[in-house]
Amino acid sequence: MAYSVTTQTPASRITAILGVILIVVLLALPFFAGRGTIQDMFFILTMLVLAQLWNLLAGYGGLVSIGQQAFVGMGAYALFGTVILWGFDPVPSILFAGVAALVIAVPTAFFAFRLNGAYFAIGTWVIAEVVRLLVAQWKTLGGGTGTSLPRDATRDMWFVETIENTLGVRSAAARDILAYWLALILALATIGGIYWLLRTRRGLALAAVRDNTEAAKSVGVDAGRMKWIVFLSSAFGTGLAGGLIYMQKARISPDAAFSVTDWTAYVIFIVVIGGIGTVEGPIIGVLVFFALQSLLADFGSWYLMTLGVLAIVIMLVAPRGLWGLLSERTGLHLFPIRRRLSGGKLTTSEE
Amino acid sequence: MTMLALNNVSKSFGALTVTDNVSFDVPKGQALGIIGPNGAGKSTLFNLITGNIRSDHGSIHFEDRNVTKVSAMERCLTGIGRSFQIPQPFEKLTVYENLLVAATHGRNLSESDVRDDCADVLERTELIKRANTPAGQLSLLERKRLELSRAMATQPKLLLLDEIAGGLTEGECQALIRTIKEIHAQGVTIIWIEHVLHALTSVAERLLVLDFGKVIGIGEPDEIMASKEVQEIYLGIEV
Repeated sequence: MAYSVTTQTPASRITAILGVILIVVLLALPFFAGRGTIQDMFFILTMLVLAQLWNLLAGYGGLVSIGQQAFVGMGAYALFGTVILWGFDPVPSILFAGVAALVIAVPTAFFAFRLNGAYFAIGTWVIAEVVRLLVAQWKTLGGGTGTSLPRDATRDMWFVETIENTLGVRSAAARDILAYWLALILALATIGGIYWLLRTRRGLALAAVRDNTEAAKSVGVDAGRMKWIVFLSSAFGTGLAGGLIYMQKARISPDAAFSVTDWTAYVIFIVVIGGIGTVEGPIIGVLVFFALQSLLADFGSWYLMTLGVLAIVIMLVAPRGLWGLLSERTGLHLFPIRRRLSGGKLTTSEE
Repeated sequence: MTMLALNNVSKSFGALTVTDNVSFDVPKGQALGIIGPNGAGKSTLFNLITGNIRSDHGSIHFEDRNVTKVSAMERCLTGIGRSFQIPQPFEKLTVYENLLVAATHGRNLSESDVRDDCADVLERTELIKRANTPAGQLSLLERKRLELSRAMATQPKLLLLDEIAGGLTEGECQALIRTIKEIHAQGVTIIWIEHVLHALTSVAERLLVLDFGKVIGIGEPDEIMASKEVQEIYLGIEV
């Protein structure tokens, strides 16, 4: 009997069906949810995008970067630049945000790839600080104090009028709905893209490089190229997310857009508590993070301390995160990537 | 035809010369055994041939191509496969996926193209029943078999085996020798470093002795084993 390979599991088939239902509900959300819910969902979705991309870098690529704020900030400033200086509409300018992040990712990788482990992490942070300081010198975009998107640019944004008329909402609410839909598309594309990558032979190569770089090279894997692919695609996606986040905020400053706490520390927290190296982990993590933020928002610095303590406890008790713990106990995989060989001489075995 | 040729290859780590002016040829289809005491520089020699380490001096030719400055990844693509002395599996991947990485990247083919080849290698190395087990959960024998299987999955013209029989029971060792003989019978050139001499001499057609990074003898296995230097080096190791 011939051999065959499957990656699907019964659980993943159910996930696929529930996933489609969830996507339909999320797409339709603005028709029945209030503006507060839409803003919360926008926050969750954009943080999810950042978390998935950091997880791709660190969890699959072994590249622990703490300089992702460079790409958020660069993307955000690129969006403001194209809108303010060139008079572009903010919606298509999001693409420029991704491209700008990609452009600074090339020299960043060139320098940072010479470093390993902790040195790589610190190197990316230093580069992000340098980019922040440079952007703060850009007087036409407000220098160190920042600037806002022009009123007519946000009022006349693509699709906003259609949304106003269709849903019968005011302009500000319509802009939030537009941003939410764009965030939803970005999140789905990110998760879909990462899941697709992991299921190709490049995904296998990525796992091999993470587990043992020397052995991977000896079987013909181009380890250097894998690092570049992961770093650049992660930077592009992070730049898109940065552009989108600041399109919704409509106000920018270097300190906020290049914040290591907001765009890297929180993101690492989400991935670590959810489960690093899994697609499911960041999804669980972002929900936990949002719940904690809602509960503890009024407690100021106690909130940050709680996050820190929780992260440490999870790292000690469940190093593979909440999803790792659950999946170990139940054998559940919602996004399976393991190729299971069956048929042939395996037919009679229990495996 | 010469499969592999080393000319005056040297490598030092600081003041320590681990490979000292080594030159030898391996004809296509030959099984060459390498022996020598611990620390003689055998594994370093392998790392130089596979490109995991770069040589300081000398040149390495593979099938008439100068590969001295070629990366490990590219040397694999030209047909050099290896096993590591200490097994280096991709721990979180399954046995089958370990082979899949090697077959898809080492031969530049798609997953569906190599599925049956990988299953075939696993059948021959008797790992097929463990195909879906994560490599991190394997026993020592299984890890050694995985080293061999993964190297085979790249379909090498030249296969380098580094102490693959060490630590195995007699029965396990015999099974492994059968598999290696089969591979050799298909025309794969083999260079095998081994301390388990009866295993090595049952396959090798030629022996090379390395000591302090230098080649101190190369020739017919019987001649080499009878020579005074080898007797001295292996006194007490010979079983």
